[in-house]
Amino acid sequence: MNKHVAPKMNRRAFVIGTAAVGTGLAIGFDLPFGGPTVVRAADGSPEVNAWVVIRPDDTVVIRIARSEMGQGSLTGLAQLVAEELECDWTKVATEFPSPGQNVTRKRVWGDYSTGGSRGIRASHDYVRKGGATARMMLIQAAANEWKVPAAECTAANSIITHTPSGKTTTYGKVAEAAARLTPPADVKLKDPRDWRLVGKGVKRLDTPDKVTGTTVYGIDVKLPGMLNAAIKDCPVTGGKLKSYDEAKIADMKGVKKVVKVGDTAVAVVADTFWHAKTALDALPIAWDEGENAKVSSASIAKWLAEGLDGGPAYVGNSNGDAKAALAGAAKTVEAVYNYPYQNHATMEPMNATALYTADKCEVWCGTQNGEAAFAAVLEASELPAERCDVNKLLLGGGFGRRGQTDYVRQAVLIAKQMPGTPIKLLWTREEDMTHGRYHPVTQCKLTAGFDADNNLTALHMRISGQSILASLRPEALVNGMDPATFAGLNAKGDAPFGYSLPNLLIEHSMRNPHIIPGFWRGVNVNQNAIYVECFMDELAHAAGQDPLEFRRKLMKDHPKHLAVLEAVAEKIGWGNAPPQGIYRGLAHFASYGSYVAAAAEISVTDGTKIKVHRIVAATDPGYAVNPAQIERQIAGSFVYGLSGLFYGGITVKDGAVEQTNFDTYDSMRIAAMPQVESIVMPSGGFWGGVGEPTIGVAGPAVLNAYFAATGKRIRSVPLRDQNITFA
Amino acid sequence: MANLTINGKNFTLDVEPDTPLLWAIRENAGLTGTKYGCGIAQCGACTVHMDGVATRSCGISVAEAEGKKITTIEGLASGATLHKVQEAWIAQDVPQCGYCQSGMIMAVAALLSEKPKPTDADIDEAITNICRCGTFQQVREAIHTIASA
Repeated sequence: MNKHVAPKMNRRAFVIGTAAVGTGLAIGFDLPFGGPTVVRAADGSPEVNAWVVIRPDDTVVIRIARSEMGQGSLTGLAQLVAEELECDWTKVATEFPSPGQNVTRKRVWGDYSTGGSRGIRASHDYVRKGGATARMMLIQAAANEWKVPAAECTAANSIITHTPSGKTTTYGKVAEAAARLTPPADVKLKDPRDWRLVGKGVKRLDTPDKVTGTTVYGIDVKLPGMLNAAIKDCPVTGGKLKSYDEAKIADMKGVKKVVKVGDTAVAVVADTFWHAKTALDALPIAWDEGENAKVSSASIAKWLAEGLDGGPAYVGNSNGDAKAALAGAAKTVEAVYNYPYQNHATMEPMNATALYTADKCEVWCGTQNGEAAFAAVLEASELPAERCDVNKLLLGGGFGRRGQTDYVRQAVLIAKQMPGTPIKLLWTREEDMTHGRYHPVTQCKLTAGFDADNNLTALHMRISGQSILASLRPEALVNGMDPATFAGLNAKGDAPFGYSLPNLLIEHSMRNPHIIPGFWRGVNVNQNAIYVECFMDELAHAAGQDPLEFRRKLMKDHPKHLAVLEAVAEKIGWGNAPPQGIYRGLAHFASYGSYVAAAAEISVTDGTKIKVHRIVAATDPGYAVNPAQIERQIAGSFVYGLSGLFYGGITVKDGAVEQTNFDTYDSMRIAAMPQVESIVMPSGGFWGGVGEPTIGVAGPAVLNAYFAATGKRIRSVPLRDQNITFA
Repeated sequence: MANLTINGKNFTLDVEPDTPLLWAIRENAGLTGTKYGCGIAQCGACTVHMDGVATRSCGISVAEAEGKKITTIEGLASGATLHKVQEAWIAQDVPQCGYCQSGMIMAVAALLSEKPKPTDADIDEAITNICRCGTFQQVREAIHTIASA
């Protein structure tokens, strides 16, 4: 059976790891007589190359550098390797090479970062080459053994056949010999038309353990002698830990130690997490909350509103002269929208387990970026790279949150104060909700101008609010501008605007409150799609035109955008009257290299209760590696996005986050789940992302349907603030 | 000390009586399939069966659980034979990250033992677990598949 192999987590693995100096934890090298170096997996099986290990029983272990957080790219990446390898898919297993191994081996596995819907689209080429190279070496090894030309041999289903003689052998039998060959220089990939496994909705490889409770997430790590830590960081970002009264809890059951973590946090280490948390709750702590304690959601909103009308702004996209065209317009339409902070609220709260000894620091955790987690271990432990490693586990949700490494750093800082004892740090849900890396807050003023014939001649879109890159990746700013702010609004690139207008100006007044922003599934697509697509709906109505026809006229030069929009319109029956009491809305957008659209059908009771009956969604990701998983990502992204739209919204009081758990930051349940009908329509020739692009279109489609139902335009998120809920 | 019966086995655990059952199961009995998600009985990730009833184990104490028959995700299968819900979850590829699925599966198994052919309304009422990945469409389809088998 297919299986994902978790890293070993016992003391023995650690000892073996430390013995294999300089070669990482699970990998050893040997030097056979006369041949080149063969790299071996932990069980002694040879690597044909870095991506492919083959066991004598023909099991193929495919190495996966990117993280698996539910999005399915572990399976998709394995499909890409297996497609070129021509191996038996029923005998494929996967494993994560550790970031430390990647450093030791000069980044043979490339980038580990798993965000921006890049898992497959940024590595499809080299992982397929990994599979193709291994196949060529396996065939060559068989040909050498048979003393025949490799060109006379073919491979399929892990079996190599010498066509003229009919002789066969298996991958498992020739893997040792193949591993000793020099890799071919010229590797050709299959034409996508010849794919047999890629493009098929095969089952995920990581499911069986997930239904029996045996999958080991970070929170489930067990190490001999391990203790557990609970932590409280200063409630106000920018504040510091002033003091705590350790004596008050010293006698509480299970408590081993109380430690300061950096300048801002305190942790209790105990035998169990329950004891650690109970003692921490009883620990008197004084904070120095600093200047940020004066900030509230109201003060942030006021500051952002000031940015809508004047002052400096970065221009993300412009053509013509929008301001002049608006001044001369026969009619103008203006609206102000806003979108709040959102927390990731992964089901598995942040956690990491660290073991620090005099000569090594090792961490076990779920992370979306193994290399960033590794860098955090180096920095916090102050040990060199060859003495550190990170064991990557499956993630209980990521959504962008686990691309940050704050929790890894904390775990190491605690473990460092208790050398030789493994420490599992687990955040409570309350810590997780109040110390997020929140989807940033923005407002947006949109102004449009029509000529006397009701043609749209100008659009000015001015966003005021927070930049993610300014906080998390300032090196990625371009002359101070955050290009990511303009997701889906760009003139070109992988997140292009879908309309052509004679006069266009899209700009950003950057205002960065102290709340730390983060990449929240879909990132800036979430609000930008609402701003653009709800306003386009407003404009269609202002012009007295059908929302689809109105858009179509502006989309002539954007055939990929238009194709997905027309696909959903056709499937939902746009143009035919919906059933009694049902109202429809449309939206489309492009981001992360993919083109997506949604059409929603809703009913509304008492003006405040929305039942989303059905959403038809379309995506053109260029190539569709696993359509079954793409469908799940579409439906899942709608749950995440609509949860944020209806229930979300992180608010700030006295500088601190107010929401503490799912009772105050709720999430959609099955009762509110619409029927999602997905149209996966890959047009080929490019590689777009899957996990994120669709999240943006469900919201505006539902909001536009709400307008169709009620005549009321919703311009503020979350809907709970307007007493609007799921029916 | 608490005496608990979990998956047919007796456990004598060194815990205070007010310890939430969730943590006794995870940390003291060592059964980590049952997940912590919120600690306030909101999300359902910690759902177990107590005398056959779906119960959020973070919200009850070990004292309340003593004398009851507790089943966790590890005890749902009969030996090597998976429960029909687990089988359906594999057949329909339901889990994404999978973290909430132990609780989801336990909640669904309890629903089906009470109502073998639940309507959509029954499902909406009984299954209130949070899944941030958004597997609800597959969950509903899998339940109906089991019910119609």
